[in-house]
Amino acid sequence: MSFLGKLSLDAIPYHEPIIMVTLAVVAVIGLYVAALITKHKKWGVLWHDWLTSVDHKRLGIMYIVLAFIMLIRGFSDAIMMRTQQALATNGAAGYLPPEHYDQIFTAHGVIMIIFMAMPFMIGLMNLVLPLQIGARDVAFPFLNNLSFWLTASGAVLINISLGLGEFARTGWVAYPPLSELAYSPGVGVDYYIWALQISGIGTTLTGVNFIATVLKMRAPGMKLMQMPIFTWTCTWANILIVASFPILTAVLALLTLDRYMGFHFFTNDGGGNAMMYINLFWAWGHPEVYILILPAFGIFSDVISTFTSKRLFGYSSMVWASGAISILGFIVWLHHFFTMGSSANVNAFFGVMTMVIAVPTGVKLFNWLFTIYRGRLRLTVPVLWTLGFMVTFTIGGMTGVLLAVPGADYVLHNSLFLIAHFHNTIIGGAVFGYLAGFAYWFPKATGFHLNERLGKASFWCWQIGFYVAFMPLYVLGFMGMTRRINHIDNPAWNMWIYIAAVGACIIMVGIILQFVQLYVSIRDRDQNRDTTGDPWNGHTLEWSTASPPQFYNFAKLPQVSDIDAFTDAKEKGTAYQRLKHYQPIHMPKNTPSGILMALGITAAGFAAIWHILWLAIVGMVGAFIVFLFRAYNNDVDYYVQPDEVARIENAHLNNVVRG
Amino acid sequence: MGAHTHSHDHSHGADDLAASIKSYLVGFVLSVVLTAIPFWAVMTHHFEQSTTLAIVVVTALVQILVHLKYFLHLDFSKEGKINTFSFLFTALIIVMVVGLSVWIILEANALMM
Repeated sequence: MSFLGKLSLDAIPYHEPIIMVTLAVVAVIGLYVAALITKHKKWGVLWHDWLTSVDHKRLGIMYIVLAFIMLIRGFSDAIMMRTQQALATNGAAGYLPPEHYDQIFTAHGVIMIIFMAMPFMIGLMNLVLPLQIGARDVAFPFLNNLSFWLTASGAVLINISLGLGEFARTGWVAYPPLSELAYSPGVGVDYYIWALQISGIGTTLTGVNFIATVLKMRAPGMKLMQMPIFTWTCTWANILIVASFPILTAVLALLTLDRYMGFHFFTNDGGGNAMMYINLFWAWGHPEVYILILPAFGIFSDVISTFTSKRLFGYSSMVWASGAISILGFIVWLHHFFTMGSSANVNAFFGVMTMVIAVPTGVKLFNWLFTIYRGRLRLTVPVLWTLGFMVTFTIGGMTGVLLAVPGADYVLHNSLFLIAHFHNTIIGGAVFGYLAGFAYWFPKATGFHLNERLGKASFWCWQIGFYVAFMPLYVLGFMGMTRRINHIDNPAWNMWIYIAAVGACIIMVGIILQFVQLYVSIRDRDQNRDTTGDPWNGHTLEWSTASPPQFYNFAKLPQVSDIDAFTDAKEKGTAYQRLKHYQPIHMPKNTPSGILMALGITAAGFAAIWHILWLAIVGMVGAFIVFLFRAYNNDVDYYVQPDEVARIENAHLNNVVRG
Repeated sequence: MGAHTHSHDHSHGADDLAASIKSYLVGFVLSVVLTAIPFWAVMTHHFEQSTTLAIVVVTALVQILVHLKYFLHLDFSKEGKINTFSFLFTALIIVMVVGLSVWIILEANALMM
């Protein structure tokens, strides 16, 4: 093996004009951003206040920035697939050769689930959860920083695959035997393995961190059954993370052994069984979709109760419905492979379990409807997303129950009906939820409002675009069109393919408007300041802080005796109290350990992909040395002095009075 | 006052220690007994094979409970509840994932034979 393993200049895809142009554009944008930072002398700020920060609010914002960047990449893949299919009708070849097209649909799935939806969800959770339970940070702030950088590390690896080598051509599930060395000898599957493995470990650590946070760091007086509903649904999601992500870690490790060490877990020969990979992958994969959707349910609950100015209907049924979904979500995974050919009893069991999940989900939907009933719903952007969700997700849920019938699944398995179904639930459920949360908590995170008109325009493009793009896929599924097709040879499908491509373009306008909204809102921020910290007349504790919140969150930990703790305080007149004396506040110091460890691990992952032994050793040993330094460093915390706290608090309270 | 609190804490800690040692001793004795019974049953051939097997399984299961209570101190007190429920939840998930996986693969295997 040579010094650079399998890596050579041939790994750069010179012959692919699309990739080379993309790389050039990314390079230009990167240089431009770097020049801007240099011009405004912000490198120090970036390093000291952001990249090394252990503040959960800043980490939350960085997660969401990562999610938006990856959304652009994932959506570019989507629009390429839609246009390729629309161009490759009637015997035309289109513009994407099969080996490139296969990488695109794989990258689209991996990026959207692992590097768009997960960071978005975890970002919102980081931003809001500690504030909602009245805590000053998470239980392990440094670990939180490390989790973020491990997620970013996976994202970096998957982006490197664009310009160096290839990505997997297996579909986002990477089923063996196709993903085994015999059928995928290139580095594509190795990029897949290490990107998922590294970011997955980061996610597991996040789950551990936030479970410890809600169990140990709730404000005095706050019982578990008084936590805000978003915190509750995140907690269920974290329990699912801790229970299911180790399965992904294990199954990827087994596939790694197959590919690197000649093992036979999932091969066709040597006694391997590929179905075991599929089984274990979905034993993680199904809980994973509930990890994505449960926090979105929490966001809708908070949004609906805030903007109807009412208490949420059925708080405890909402908590227990989430719990029921979490447990049931763990015993339905076989519905992803009904057609593997296990017995009728097995299929019947998992089919029934899948249908049962619709019950607690229905409970939630009625709770939201009953909350709206006789309330005065203010039609803000977060509410529009919520209403759009309630209609869209219900349709997705119903097609899901249809697919849960094993007999129907034998017809619809791997067809575009399935694709339409899960986009119906993931876009209409999770993504709409995150965008609702984004609009809802944006003023809290930044201190100014998002532009309302552009937000509404973006919503309508997404909503209409979604139906135009995905309803045709249901039709195509019934017509027998399977997923991942490179070119179309059935003229009856053409019209529906064209309509779907138009829908994708409408969604693209929605995404562009989202970024225009961000640009306009930042440009006009001085006209749209939120000085009170409570722009929506919120119910929960995050609205009792300034916008953006004080870096220590709460000068004095709030005393809680109600589910809607901040409404309770406002009614009792205990909100916005000016204290005579403040106590010193114990805070963690920022640290570069997280980003440095992730740097070493990224290098090791890259080395593993290209079989560069020395670099793998250097990366791992480097990360371990940084870890040792961190572990033996006692200078990790400090106290914020009372006079500084008093100055910040008085400034905020003066703003509140003026507002 | 300070001295008094201190001595109180001290005696409290000593009580805890004594209770803890007692718990470990009870657990140890029970474990020894529960290990000796199946050994005796197997070595003396006193029972039929099926009965012996049942004894081994039952004493093993009881011993698991003994370990959980006396060594891991799982209980339903206010402080201990969270550990117990975490344990039960984890056990439930493992039983479901492993059990159902075995069922799925065995049934598929049976149909392919």
